[in-house]
This record gives sequence, C-alpha cells and structure tokens, in this order.
Amino acid sequence: MVMETSLYGLMAEFDEAEPLLEAARRAHAAGYRQMDAYTPMPVEGLAEAIGFRTSLVQRLVFVAGLLGATGGFTLCWWMTVIAYPHNVAGRPLNSWPAYIPITFEGMVLVACLTAVVGMLALNGLPQPYHPVFNVARFEHASRDKFFLCIEATDSQFDPKATREFLEQLSTQGVMEVEA
Amino acid sequence: MTPEEPLPEQSPVATLDPGPEKVLGPGHDYTSVTTKISGVVYRPFLKTPRQMFVGFGLAFLLVNLLMVAVTWLFLRGVGIWGIMIPVAWGFAIVNFVWWIGIGHAGTLISAILLLLKQDWRTSINRFSEAMTLFAVACAGMFPVLHLGRPWLAYWLIPYPNTMWLWPQPRSPLIWDVFAVSTYATVSLLFWFTGLIPDFATMRDKAPNSWAQMIFGTLAMGWRGSAKHWARYQKAYLLLAGLSTPLVVSVHSVVSFDFSVSIVPGWHTTIFPPYFVAGAIYSGFAMVLTLAIPVRRWYHLEDLITMRHIECMAKVMLGTGLIVAYGYAMEAFMAWYSGNQVERYTFINRAWIGGYWWTYWLLILCNILLPQLLWSKRIRMNLVAVFLISLVVNVGMWLERFVIVVTSLTRDYVPSSWGMYYPTIWDWSTYAGTIGVFLSLMFLFIRGLPAISIFEMREVVHHLEPRHGHGD
Repeated sequence: MVMETSLYGLMAEFDEAEPLLEAARRAHAAGYRQMDAYTPMPVEGLAEAIGFRTSLVQRLVFVAGLLGATGGFTLCWWMTVIAYPHNVAGRPLNSWPAYIPITFEGMVLVACLTAVVGMLALNGLPQPYHPVFNVARFEHASRDKFFLCIEATDSQFDPKATREFLEQLSTQGVMEVEA
Repeated sequence: MTPEEPLPEQSPVATLDPGPEKVLGPGHDYTSVTTKISGVVYRPFLKTPRQMFVGFGLAFLLVNLLMVAVTWLFLRGVGIWGIMIPVAWGFAIVNFVWWIGIGHAGTLISAILLLLKQDWRTSINRFSEAMTLFAVACAGMFPVLHLGRPWLAYWLIPYPNTMWLWPQPRSPLIWDVFAVSTYATVSLLFWFTGLIPDFATMRDKAPNSWAQMIFGTLAMGWRGSAKHWARYQKAYLLLAGLSTPLVVSVHSVVSFDFSVSIVPGWHTTIFPPYFVAGAIYSGFAMVLTLAIPVRRWYHLEDLITMRHIECMAKVMLGTGLIVAYGYAMEAFMAWYSGNQVERYTFINRAWIGGYWWTYWLLILCNILLPQLLWSKRIRMNLVAVFLISLVVNVGMWLERFVIVVTSLTRDYVPSSWGMYYPTIWDWSTYAGTIGVFLSLMFLFIRGLPAISIFEMREVVHHLEPRHGHGD
C-alpha cells in the first residue's frame, strides 16, 4: 500500500465536545474546507463550525407535506365525485369538510416518510464502507470520544503541515485515515 | 437474578437513585452510560434476570391462547363472541380503543416532551415508543378480527378493483383506517430513526460477529458525522412536530367513531378532547406499570430515577383530572340539555342499567384512587405508584366498556334493548393481546437498547459541560 495515494485524511481525537468545537472553528479559519467531525451525540454548532449549512431536509418535508395533503384530498374527492358518486341524503357530492381528516393524515404520512428517507438519502446512507472505520480508535466515535478529520482532497491539505496543525489542537493524538 | 457477581459488561458506576431532583445518578460519564445501557443487551443469555424469563414465559402462554382464540374465530365466525344486536361492538372495540390509547403516551413522551425540552423525557422515550408500536399492533388486530370476514380486510384500503367499489371517505371508520395506519407507520419511523445512532454504538461494542453484523446492518453505516447529525436532528425535530398533531388527531378520529353517530351516550362534542386526555392517562399508567419493574430487574435506578417516576405520576394525575372533567360534563349535560334520551342514558349508566357497577368501579379507579398522587409520599412510594398505575389501566378499560357497551344496550326503542355478556373467547382474545404486547416488550428490552444511549450522552454533557478536561 502506498501511503501517499491511499490517504483519506488525518484525524485528531478529542475528549470532549468543546475542544472539538474549538478545533473545528480554527481549522475552518485556517482555510480547511474538506473536513468532517465525528461525535457520539449531536453537538450544537459543530456543523456550522466546519462550514456546513443545509436546509434541504425541511424544504423536502414541506413539499412532501403539501403533496401528501393534496393527494389525500384528491383521493377522497375523486372517490366520491368521480369514481363512485353516491347520493347521501341529497348532500353535495364534493363534501369537502369530511375529507379533512384523510387530507391531514396524508400530509403527516408523506411528510414523515420523506423526513426519514430524505435524511438518510442526503446522508448517503446506507453506506456499508467508509474510510474512517479503518482507524482503530474510531469505534469510540459512537461511544465517548470526538474526532475531527481533515480530508486529503482539501486543496490546503499537506500530510506534514496538516498533521502539525492538528497536533497543536488535539492532546489526544492524530491518526492517519487510510482510504 | 444474580446482582452480586459483577457482569463483564456491567458499569463500574454504582447504581444509586439520585432521588426526585435529578435525571441521572452520580458519577456517570459518556462511557459509563454507554456501557450500562448496551450492557443490558450484551448480557450473556443465562444472566438475563430470572423475572424476565418468567415474565416472557407467562406472556408467551397468552400469545398461544390468542392463537387458539383467533383460530376458533376464523373457523366459527364472530358468533363465538358475546356480541349480539343491539350490542354489536363488544370487547373488540373496547380493546381497540384501550390499546390505541395506551400507545399515545409513547408519542407524547417522545414528541411533545421533546418539543417542550423536558429533561426527564430522555431515559423513558425509547421504551415508551416501543410500547406505542406494540400497543398499536395489538389495537390494529381488533377491528380486523371484528370484521366477520377478516380475510377481506384489504377492502378498507382504497385500491383499484374489478368491482369499482371505493371506501366511503365521509365515514369516521375510514378515517380511522387512515389515522391508525399513519400512526403505526410514523411511530415505527420515529422509533427506528431514534435507534440508528444507537445501532452504531451497539455495532462498535459488539462482542461477536453476529451482533456486529445485525447491528451493523441496522446502523446502515452511521458514523456520527457532524453533517449527518445536522440533518438527523432536523428530521427528528420535524418528526416530533408532525407527530404532535398526529397523536391528537388519532384519538380524536377514534372518538368520532362514536360521537359522529346518533347513539345516546356517544353523540357528544366533548369526546375528542376527553378521549385524547384519557389516552395519555392510560398510556402513562402503562409506562409506569412497565418501567417500575424493569428498572429494578436491570438495576437502572440511576438512569430511570425517582424524578422520572414522579413526573409521570404527576402527568397521570393531571390527565386524570381532565378525564374527571369529561365525566362531570357528561353528567352535567345529561341534566342541562333537557334531552330526555340523554338524561336516561346517564341514569341507565350510573343507576338502573345492568352495568351500573362498572360505572362506579370506573369512577373509583379513574377518579378517586388516583387522587392519592397529590401526596408526595405516595408519589415517592414505588409500590403505591405501581398499584395506582394498574388501577388506572383497569379504570380506562372500564371507561371504554361503559361507553361502548352500556350505550348500546339501551338506545331509543325499549323493545330492542338487550344485555351483552362476554364469552370465554372474548376474554381469551383480550388476554392474548396482553400476551403479545408483553412478549414483544420483553424481547425488545432484551434485544435492543431500551434507553436512548446517544440522548443519555447529551444529558451527561448538559449536566457536566466541562467534565473530563481542564479548560
């Protein structure tokens, strides 16, 4: 294995969320862009610290909710007005107030499915293999340690300089991530 | 149970209940909460607390009883139950409403308390979400079994068919199909989404390759990336926001099954809010019924603390009072409406009907006994809270019995009045679903992290924001 070509990135380990947050901010300030942080629980402000912003999930869910509601209402309307018109006590066929519960449930169902499926798809999951799992210490990322990984694809990435930069930030050590 | 010998996966932190002030026992850090909760799943099979074996065994016997009861039902039809005209909605509908109601506390705890940022929600949410799922599964069985020809249950769903017949979307019974199926799906999504990061933890702590493979597959490659967490939290919050009105809508729709009809005793505008409050009431009772023994068997007193128990007892007391208001309003309207039929319905329920004693038992179980929870001493007494939770479960079942059965036995025309007597098959089916529910709960507690591990780490982080390092 040739290290230069098979390096995914350099990973620094932290004991707590706050030093990681600080390190992520500094790395971003130093100009690094291709990086990610790995934590055992959500850390407030961490995604912003590495320069990541997204509002795609909520946009998707909003559109899905509208579609679900429209679908629910249209289904009821079509069933009672077009497909199977049935005169009940002379009331109008398009008895829209009675369609509201199904409209609402349709909205919730489609929006919730989209929230979960959309979140997974945007995250690229399921993903059976990822280079970060090659690091032996990384099993702690789902337990009790915090990691910052600067990826080799970053334009500023330099195996030596980046390692020195990370070593300044982390007291827990810096590891190479094999691709 | 062998608490004396230390287990390989047991936490080094002593189990101490910190009392009613704190949500977490002393001395916990990220590692210890992770080890403790995953340790419940990774205990060697034979080290499972003995009560779990006994409990599962008994519950599984009831599952078999259900199999017998359902087989007989399929062979002979609904005539084996006590239902007749005028009481065509017997146990099946009583149990359906009861089970759906129990499920509602799970959604309340996981969604509404999340939005309200209640710190005591965390160690009980996973557990209650599972309870919701299993309760909805039990509930879903009853309307289908009650159909008479359950193999045609798919006719409830609008699908293009050669008869060109469509369900009637103006009927609350069809709203119910949509509401309950949406509720089941969303509950499953909520539960599964919450589990993904914990599956990753379980994968990384797996003691053998089987566990690693199973949890690895379920975790789908979750690696705790900050970008993933950002999207994850948005999705989770949106699920909570959508589930909150959903849970209200589900029991409102269930109550429409009754209140949209013109049967005296059912045709009441107070039904939707009073059903929702009753649902949460019985759900919290069930969470307490399950949590109190389990926290003891698995020594989780430091994670499910007296604060959790006390908060749940308070919610139970509060929702119980809303239910009491519902009963009072029904009685008041019987008099105030000046409607002869309404008045008779109430007198029939509480006094001259054949089921008057169920009404007073209901008042005793749902209104009088739970008032003991005003006392802090009672709320701090686990045995008392456990017993009250059982009483409320019974009371809420009786409430549905009173609503469904007594209203139907005597409606407008005295010549068509008739009593309803449940048969052994009614009872077997009911007991059988309790078996299904408990079996699934036991399997869940044994096989999956019953407390949300990553959210407990967040609790640790909030409680001690600077632990473990010196800056």
